Amino acid sequence: MTTKIVIGLDGTETGERALEFAKNLAKLIGGCELIVAYVIEWSPYTFQTPEENAQRHKRREEEIALAKSRVVEPAVAALKAEGFNARGVVRHGDVAETLNAITVENGASQIVVGRASADGFKKRIFGSSTQNLVMHADVPVTVVN
Amino acid sequence: MKSIKSLGLAGAVAALLANPALAQEAPGLDEKINQTFAELTGPFVSFIFAPLPGTSFPWIVMWLVVAASVFTLYFAFVQMRFFGHAISLVKGDYSDPNDAGEVSHFQALATALSGTVGLGNIAGVAVAIGIGGPGATFWMILAGLLGMASKFTECTLGVKYRNEYEDGTVSGGPMYYMSKGFAELGLPGGKILAVLFSIFCILGALGGGNMFQANQAHQQIAGIVGDYPGWITGLVFATVVFMVIVGGLKSIARVTEKVVPFMGILYVAAALVIIIMNADMIGWAFGQIFAGAFTGLGVAGGMVGALIQGFKRAAFSNEAGVGSAAIAHSAVRTKEPITEGFVSLLEPFIDTVVICTMTALVIIITQQLVIDPATGLYMLNEEGTAIATVDGNSGVSLTSAAFGSAFSWFPYILAIAVILFAFSTMISWSYYGLKAWTYLFGEGHTKELVFKIIFCVFVVIGAAANLGPVIDFSDAAIFAMAVVNVFALYFLMKVVRQELASYSARLKSGEIRKFAD
Repeated sequence: MTTKIVIGLDGTETGERALEFAKNLAKLIGGCELIVAYVIEWSPYTFQTPEENAQRHKRREEEIALAKSRVVEPAVAALKAEGFNARGVVRHGDVAETLNAITVENGASQIVVGRASADGFKKRIFGSSTQNLVMHADVPVTVVN
Repeated sequence: MKSIKSLGLAGAVAALLANPALAQEAPGLDEKINQTFAELTGPFVSFIFAPLPGTSFPWIVMWLVVAASVFTLYFAFVQMRFFGHAISLVKGDYSDPNDAGEVSHFQALATALSGTVGLGNIAGVAVAIGIGGPGATFWMILAGLLGMASKFTECTLGVKYRNEYEDGTVSGGPMYYMSKGFAELGLPGGKILAVLFSIFCILGALGGGNMFQANQAHQQIAGIVGDYPGWITGLVFATVVFMVIVGGLKSIARVTEKVVPFMGILYVAAALVIIIMNADMIGWAFGQIFAGAFTGLGVAGGMVGALIQGFKRAAFSNEAGVGSAAIAHSAVRTKEPITEGFVSLLEPFIDTVVICTMTALVIIITQQLVIDPATGLYMLNEEGTAIATVDGNSGVSLTSAAFGSAFSWFPYILAIAVILFAFSTMISWSYYGLKAWTYLFGEGHTKELVFKIIFCVFVVIGAAANLGPVIDFSDAAIFAMAVVNVFALYFLMKVVRQELASYSARLKSGEIRKFAD
């Protein structure tokens, strides 16, 4: 059975380092499938105006297209060019919960993410996505500095 | 509904208009505008709010209550059978994770609620209790429970017959189910109904959803900082509304949309605390509500007076049957239109059965209404038009006094809440009006901009003028929406019944199941 590794990207430099780490890991294990995941932070419990609701579907498509073209597709293409078996996933939701859900759905055995990313105040109250992921994930998580 | 509808607030507004200090300050032009407007719109207003022959019961209220009862029976008490399912839907139990990022059921509910919860729940209830006595609460709750079926019907249809455009945006609401639904069933006249509805919807949006809100917000602010010209408030509000609906400044709307639910929760929490603090009175309060519902306990008009006030308040507060919620709910992208119907039936419950009842209980428990110790009946005020209150308050000030008797600082919170509710109602109704506008004139940036600018101008007018007749007219326009809408619903309800049968069967067979663990 192929070992699957989920790599959580956030469009920043730390994501690049997570990618590098996962590549090395995949080389060591051999025959890995790399799943490049980008989660667009979103909650079903926010409050919106009627107009925002009406445009939501359009915005969602735009967000997904942007995440694919800017982050996920270049990463997947680079991995493939280096001979890795790779594919991309873009999904909306809570970053930690959704990365874990993607991992469980695909039967992946571990998650690699960069250290990051929420800014000061919010992080102090709620913890960062990375912290939440480390504490609640169903599989081992590697946090790359 | 945020506006304290004319029948409810007329007293408070009339009191303001009658205040000589205010009347003297009103410029002559305003007087002229008011007079001309009243003459032009008078017959329409009188028609909509005309009493049934031989009674003082407005036929429009009967129209809404009968409709709610018909839908309740036709769908075999759908509001009870699917209440739990509606909550499951809102919690996201049935949401496909792959659809994450679309408008959730919770968001649709919150958006629609922010268009209905507000001033009506705070001040309107006080007017109803003040005139109809505690017994009005009983009839209000009953009408709220029945109204859930009306909401269910209109919102299911709103989603089913909405327009989806190539760019991914949607437009929906009664005008779309009237034209498309009638055509589908081979019935004539759908288009005419849709145009009529759209006209009333635009008028209602500019009036009850805008001018009235601006006017009330100004009264609240002036009540705190002292009297000053209304156009100043109007300009500030218009600028903010302009920035949100034209400038696309989402941050303001987002802040409001976050603060409004918080205010709502704070309001209910404060009410609960007051009720719990007076726990020994709860039994007595419900005793008053039940006794008043069937005897009137001495209120003007007796039992019928209580019933009229309760029904009016519920119908005017939760907008069930008016069609506005159908516009708000159409934005949800769901494979099952009926799920939005289920979610929407929670709105009259939250708006009327929970929040309005809280207001009523607080007013009753804090004993703002004067009881004759000798007879145990309520004493009427000098004019004999309403129950005498401890400090002679009515409307917003009665609610404010009731909460203030427990927490002295609460009236300030309440004033802020009223202003924010007014603002969020304006944002909601600007969208409802816009959808009706684009239905009539077509989609397009310039056409939309024209409506939005008109909308902002009316904010200033609304805050500046003495608005008695304008308020009457805009309320009449909102209820004229209900006349057209309910008429269409009677023809289209069989479509909803098919949806309901199909959905129930699939829910039973397990084809529709929870995604959550």
